[in-house]
Amino acid sequence: MTLQTTTYLIVGFTFSIYIGIAIWARASTTKDFYVAGGHINPIANGMATAADWMSAASFISMAGLIAFMGYGGSVFLMGWTGGYVLLAMLLAPYLRKFGKFTVPEFIGERYYSKGARIVAVICLIVASVTYVIGQMKGIGVAFSRFLEVPYEIGLMIGMGIVFIYAVMGGMKGITYTQIAQYCVLILAYTIPAIFISLNLTGNPIPQLGLGSTMSGSEVFLLDRLDQVLRDLGFLEYTTNVRLSLTNMFMYTLSLMIGTAGLPHVIIRFFTVPKVKDARSSAGWALVFIAILYTTAPSVAAMARLNLIETIQPTGGQHMVYDERPDWVRNWEATGLLAFEDKNGDGMISYSADAATNEVTKIDRDIMVLANPEIAGLPNWVIALVAAGGLAAALSTAAGLLLAISSAISHDLLKGVFKPEISEQQELMASRVAMAGAIMLAGYLGFNPPDFAAGTVALAFGLAASSIFPALMLGIFYKRMNKEGAIAGMIAGLGVTLLYVFQHKGIMFIASTSYMGDMPQNWFFGIEPNAFGAVGAMFNFAVAFAVSKMTAPPPQEIIELVEHIRVPSGANAPISH
Amino acid sequence: MSKNSSYWSANLRLVGLCLVIWFVVSYLFGIILVEPLNAIKIGGYKLGFWFAQQGSIYVFIALIFFYAKRMGKLDKEHNVHEDDE
Repeated sequence: MTLQTTTYLIVGFTFSIYIGIAIWARASTTKDFYVAGGHINPIANGMATAADWMSAASFISMAGLIAFMGYGGSVFLMGWTGGYVLLAMLLAPYLRKFGKFTVPEFIGERYYSKGARIVAVICLIVASVTYVIGQMKGIGVAFSRFLEVPYEIGLMIGMGIVFIYAVMGGMKGITYTQIAQYCVLILAYTIPAIFISLNLTGNPIPQLGLGSTMSGSEVFLLDRLDQVLRDLGFLEYTTNVRLSLTNMFMYTLSLMIGTAGLPHVIIRFFTVPKVKDARSSAGWALVFIAILYTTAPSVAAMARLNLIETIQPTGGQHMVYDERPDWVRNWEATGLLAFEDKNGDGMISYSADAATNEVTKIDRDIMVLANPEIAGLPNWVIALVAAGGLAAALSTAAGLLLAISSAISHDLLKGVFKPEISEQQELMASRVAMAGAIMLAGYLGFNPPDFAAGTVALAFGLAASSIFPALMLGIFYKRMNKEGAIAGMIAGLGVTLLYVFQHKGIMFIASTSYMGDMPQNWFFGIEPNAFGAVGAMFNFAVAFAVSKMTAPPPQEIIELVEHIRVPSGANAPISH
Repeated sequence: MSKNSSYWSANLRLVGLCLVIWFVVSYLFGIILVEPLNAIKIGGYKLGFWFAQQGSIYVFIALIFFYAKRMGKLDKEHNVHEDDE
């Protein structure tokens, strides 16, 4: 069977599972639609959260980023996992106890203000829409690369699948589909990693392989990698700091706070039956995430080493261009890998020196995508990687779309504009909002705005600087009032946007950047993507100052906070 | 309310302890002290590098389950646990 046929079969098989689940898990109430009825088992919810969380970026791009950043790539590993500690201890159990459907709903009630709810809806929609663009692009790219259908057709097939299970099943359909998608993506990620680790070190567990010696030698893999990189003039893999330790500190902190403040992740914890379950479910989510996140550093280092050793097996030897391996030819054809024999000796040399380097392009995404071919694995594994990439992108897109559509139907329509609609009307409205959100995401996938590349960082910045502090203060500081919370959200958001825009350009149009995207102008050398933590500190400071100067919240709000602080008396999520 | 306030302060102490450990394994061992720790090697891993790319994540998982377990106990001790169905 050709690779093409195998890929069609495996991707087709996974898609038919997703559709089967959609038919089985239909939502019949708003509670089903928003929180899957509130009775998802905490371990199952952990698995769904892991799929919701791990996007095309985690699956395809992260190991590639780490491969080229070395130690500096640790900011993603720690940042995107450590946020779950904050979520489990500072937010999830209390928001579950509050027992409603959306994040803006909590902010609106805790700060007794429709204005606060609308500010939260705006932050949520901006953060989620920017995030969803990347997923739609990931779906289109995965289809066009693996199934050789045009990008647009691929995008439409992806939208169609999400449409079926998200519009019919809401959170219920999405949750069960995400569980299936997790299984597909984790197999697709770990199987090639196990084989590569076995090839290079003889140890089948990639996490141990990374710390082992190379097969048939006494040299540790990481020492070997450091050595070959030094010889080629690159920085050492294990000590390559990203800009500065201060920058890495702030970058990690921004990603952690941002992770804990992303609404599509938070609402997953509304689906478990109890407060107790919300705590343990965050732990299970992190277990399932960590299986991929602790494998990624091994994939990164091993793929980098494999790539270098293909081009320059040992000192002085070079890959003869005409005898290059098949996987190199395949990826050259996609344009993601390119060579230029500058000195015309028929051999390729790789070097940190741009003048003599003959490897003119290595797209970072190759590190994961070409992995099975580099290791010489059978076609079904390569096809599984395609299905895994699609599962990662689809599951994250669906979670984001649910967060967007529930903010529209539940917070704006039911909460603010038309409180009198019945449950059936609201359910209908939520399906229409979901369909609308898919159309919008699809439109943005067809016409990605110029700023698409920088937007995921913006989503984390917004979540860190606006949503997280408002939620945390609402639970841990009784005295926080409406004025303080709104001023804090606007200040945090404002400072973060200002910093990102002044260095990256207004709405990411580079020519409007008035301070230039250059390290000399960065505040304490902090890159714009790492600024969310500073925005969060601004939010906290402004919120405290303003709340001290204004009237305390009313007595019933103090009682509400006391109520959510204890688990007893929790009901399943209720509509109101 | 005094019953609940002792529950709440016990909770805050527990969260505080967990967040200190959270900070130590990631920010302290993985970033601030990475250079001195890298002088120590565990197998092929430099220790600071290991904390940044592996160890911190394992500790995060252990922390959440430890917190969930201790909170379950606190809930019962202060009689604020949810009804078992």
